[in-house]
Amino acid sequence: MNNTKKLIVSHAPFIHIGSNIPQMSLHIIIAALPAVILGGMFRFGASAIAVVSFSVATAMLWEIAINLVSKKPVSVGDGNAAVIGLVFAMLLPATAPWWFVLTGTFIAIVIGKQIFGGIGSNPFNPIALALAILMISWGDFLDFDEMYRHFYFDFIPTYPLAAVKHFGLDAIEPVRLMDLLLGRQIGGIGATFGIGLMIGGVYLMIRGFIRWEIALSFLGGVFITALIFNIIDPSRFAGPFFHLLTGYTLVAAFFLAPEDSSSPVNFIPMLLYGAVGGMMTVLIRNIGAYVDGAILSILLINLLNPLLDKIRPKTLGKVA
Amino acid sequence: MKRSFFSVTAPRLQVDSLPGVLPDSVRIETPRQIMLLIEETAENGDAMMIRKGDPVKTGQKISLSTDSEAYAISTVTGTITHIEPFPGESGRQFTAVSVAVSKEADPDERFAAYCEKPSLEGAVDLLGCLPGNPAFEKFTDADKPIQTIVINATDQDLFIITAQYALKTFYHELAQGIQHLKTITGVENVVIAAPQDAIQGYGDMGASVISIDKGYPEGLPHLIAQRVTGHEIPVGKNFQDFGIAFLGVEAVASLGLSFQNKKPARTKLVTFMDKRGNRSLVSAIVGTPVRDIFTRFGLSVNDQDRIIIGGPLNGFSTYTDAFPIRPDTDAVLLQDKDDVTLVSDYPCINCGDCIRVCPARVQVNMLIRFLEAGKYEEAAEDYDLYSCLECGLCSYVCVSRIPIFQSIKLAKYELGRAATGEAADE
Repeated sequence: MNNTKKLIVSHAPFIHIGSNIPQMSLHIIIAALPAVILGGMFRFGASAIAVVSFSVATAMLWEIAINLVSKKPVSVGDGNAAVIGLVFAMLLPATAPWWFVLTGTFIAIVIGKQIFGGIGSNPFNPIALALAILMISWGDFLDFDEMYRHFYFDFIPTYPLAAVKHFGLDAIEPVRLMDLLLGRQIGGIGATFGIGLMIGGVYLMIRGFIRWEIALSFLGGVFITALIFNIIDPSRFAGPFFHLLTGYTLVAAFFLAPEDSSSPVNFIPMLLYGAVGGMMTVLIRNIGAYVDGAILSILLINLLNPLLDKIRPKTLGKVA
Repeated sequence: MKRSFFSVTAPRLQVDSLPGVLPDSVRIETPRQIMLLIEETAENGDAMMIRKGDPVKTGQKISLSTDSEAYAISTVTGTITHIEPFPGESGRQFTAVSVAVSKEADPDERFAAYCEKPSLEGAVDLLGCLPGNPAFEKFTDADKPIQTIVINATDQDLFIITAQYALKTFYHELAQGIQHLKTITGVENVVIAAPQDAIQGYGDMGASVISIDKGYPEGLPHLIAQRVTGHEIPVGKNFQDFGIAFLGVEAVASLGLSFQNKKPARTKLVTFMDKRGNRSLVSAIVGTPVRDIFTRFGLSVNDQDRIIIGGPLNGFSTYTDAFPIRPDTDAVLLQDKDDVTLVSDYPCINCGDCIRVCPARVQVNMLIRFLEAGKYEEAAEDYDLYSCLECGLCSYVCVSRIPIFQSIKLAKYELGRAATGEAADE
C-alpha cells in the first residue's frame, strides 16, 4: 500500500443541494431591486440612490471593521451585510442625512448582529432594531411629510399612515389603492411601490429563500385585524387594503419578519409568529402612539420567537 | 445535484429505478490477492488461530482466535500473506487478512456437510459472511423471538440499484432462500419490502409483499419497520423488540444459491458509478479490492478524489483503493476532486431547511447548536439525538454546509463510548 494516492476522506453526505449563503443573499437583493429602483430611485431621484449606496457601503464596512476588531474571518463575502444595508435603506426617507444612515447601519451590523455572534445568532432583526432605535432617538428624521417637504410630486405628498392617524379617514379620501400599488405615495425608499414589493416577495417565497408561512401569515394578520377595526368603526379606521399597502407592511412581511435567525422554523409557530406580527402592526397603528407599528411589532415577535418555537411536532419514536 | 427552481416545500429525492432493459452485470475477474475484513482486533497475548503463510480453502471460515465470534469466509483458495489491523469507518476496527490466490480451487467441505443438516447455530456459525451479510444472531435471542422476517429489497441510498437488481434477477434463488430461511429460523411470516414499481410477481414465494415509496429515505429499515408494525419504533427499542428481523434481498438470494450449489455464494453485486455518473452493475467476489473495479473500467484514481463505499448520502469514504468489497458493500462511487463538496465552519443561520427535510421531525437547528458545543447528553435528552435515522438529508440541504450528519454520528459514537466506558468501570 505504498503507492496509494492521497484521497479525500470525509463524512457523508457526499453530494450537496448546491445552495449557499452568498446565493441566498444575492437573491434577496435581486428581489428587493424592483421596489428600490422603480419605486425609490425613479420616484425620489439621486438622493435615494445616495442613501441606498451609502447604506449598503457602510453596512459592509462596519462588517469588515468588526471582523477585524474581533479577529474573526472577514464575513462580508456572504452578502448578509449588503442585504442588511439595502433593506435598511428601503425603510429610510430619500433625504436621510449621512450620519443618520451611518448610525443606522452601525446599530444594525454591530449591535444588532455582530455583538450576538454574527450571522445566525441575532435574537432581533438587526434592521428593525436599528430603525427602532433611530425612531426613538431622532424620530423627526423618519417623519416622511417633513422629510419630503421640498420635493415636488405629481400626487398629494402626504404620508398616508400619518394622515389617517392625525386627521382621520377624510384625509386619505383622495388616496386610491392603485396609487399605492404603483408607488404614488411617499414613504421609505423601498417601501412605497406595492407591486414591486409583491413581485419580489412572491419570487422569494416560490424560490424558498424566505418562508412563505411567515410572510403570508403576517399579511393575513394585518388584513384580518384591519378588517375587524374597519367593521367595528368604518368612520375611524381605514380598510385592510389600505393597511396592506402603506407604511412598512410589505417590506416587513417579505424582508423583515422572515429574517432567518430571529424567526421560528416550525409550521405552527411560523403561522403564529407572522399573524401576531401583523396583528400588532395594525394595533399600534390604530390605537397605539406610533404612526407605523410594523417595526415595533417585528421586534415584539422576535421576542416571542424562542417561546413559539417550543411548539414542535413530536419527534419520531419519542416516548411520552 | 442542484437546487430546484421552485422550493416552497422540502426537496424530495427519489431512489433510482432500474433501467427498462436490465444491463448484464460486469464480472470482475478473481484478483490475485484478496483482503478479508474481520471485525475484531487481535490483541497481544491472544492465541492466534491463523498465521502468515497458512493455506486457506475456498469457503473456509477464518477467525482470529478460538473464542471469537467475528469471522470471515474465504472466497478463494490460497495462502495468507498479511494479517494487519485495518481501521474502518466510524471507529470500527477490523483485522485485514490478505490472501494470495492460488490457481487451483480447493473447496472447504464444511458447508456441504451443513447443507445436509441445516440449523440456526450452523447458520450463525457459517453463513454470516454470505454476500448481503445476513445476520442470523438476532434469531438466537430467546427473550426476543422473531415473528416476522422483512426482506429489504429497497436500495438504501440514491444512485444504488443493487437490491432492486437482485430482486429482479435472482428470482429462483430468492424463492429457495425464503424456504431455507423458514426452515432454519422457524419463522413463517416473511415480508418482502419492495420498491413500489417492482412489487409484481412475487406472490408465490411464500412471502407477502409490501410496496415501499421510492422517495428517499422511505426504504431505510426504520421506516419499513414502522410500516410493518403499524406504529413508530420508540427511541431506545430495536426491531427485535418488536419481533422483526431485517435481511437484505441479496442475503436471502445468496442463501438460496449456496444451498443450491452446496457451497457458499461468494460474489457480491455492486453498483458502481464513475466520475461522470455512468452507472454499471458489477459482480465481484467478496474481498476484491475496489481498485480492481476501476482497472476493469480503465479508470484512474487521482490525488484528492473520493472513493465512496455505499451511497452518496449515507455511505462512507475510504482512504485506500485497496478497500475490499465486503459482504455488505452495495455500491462503490468514484468522485472527482472537482465534484467533492466541502463542508464549512459557518454557523447555522436558522433557515429551517433541515427541519422541513428531516424524516424524523428532529429539531435539527437546535440539535446542531448543542452538538457543536459538545453538549451531547443535553442533545440526546432534550433534542432527540437518538431519533435520527441517519439519512444524511440535513447535511445535504444545509445552506451553511455544516457537517450536521457527521456531528450526529460523532455524538452517538462518543455517547456510546462513554456508556461502555462506564459499564466497564463498574
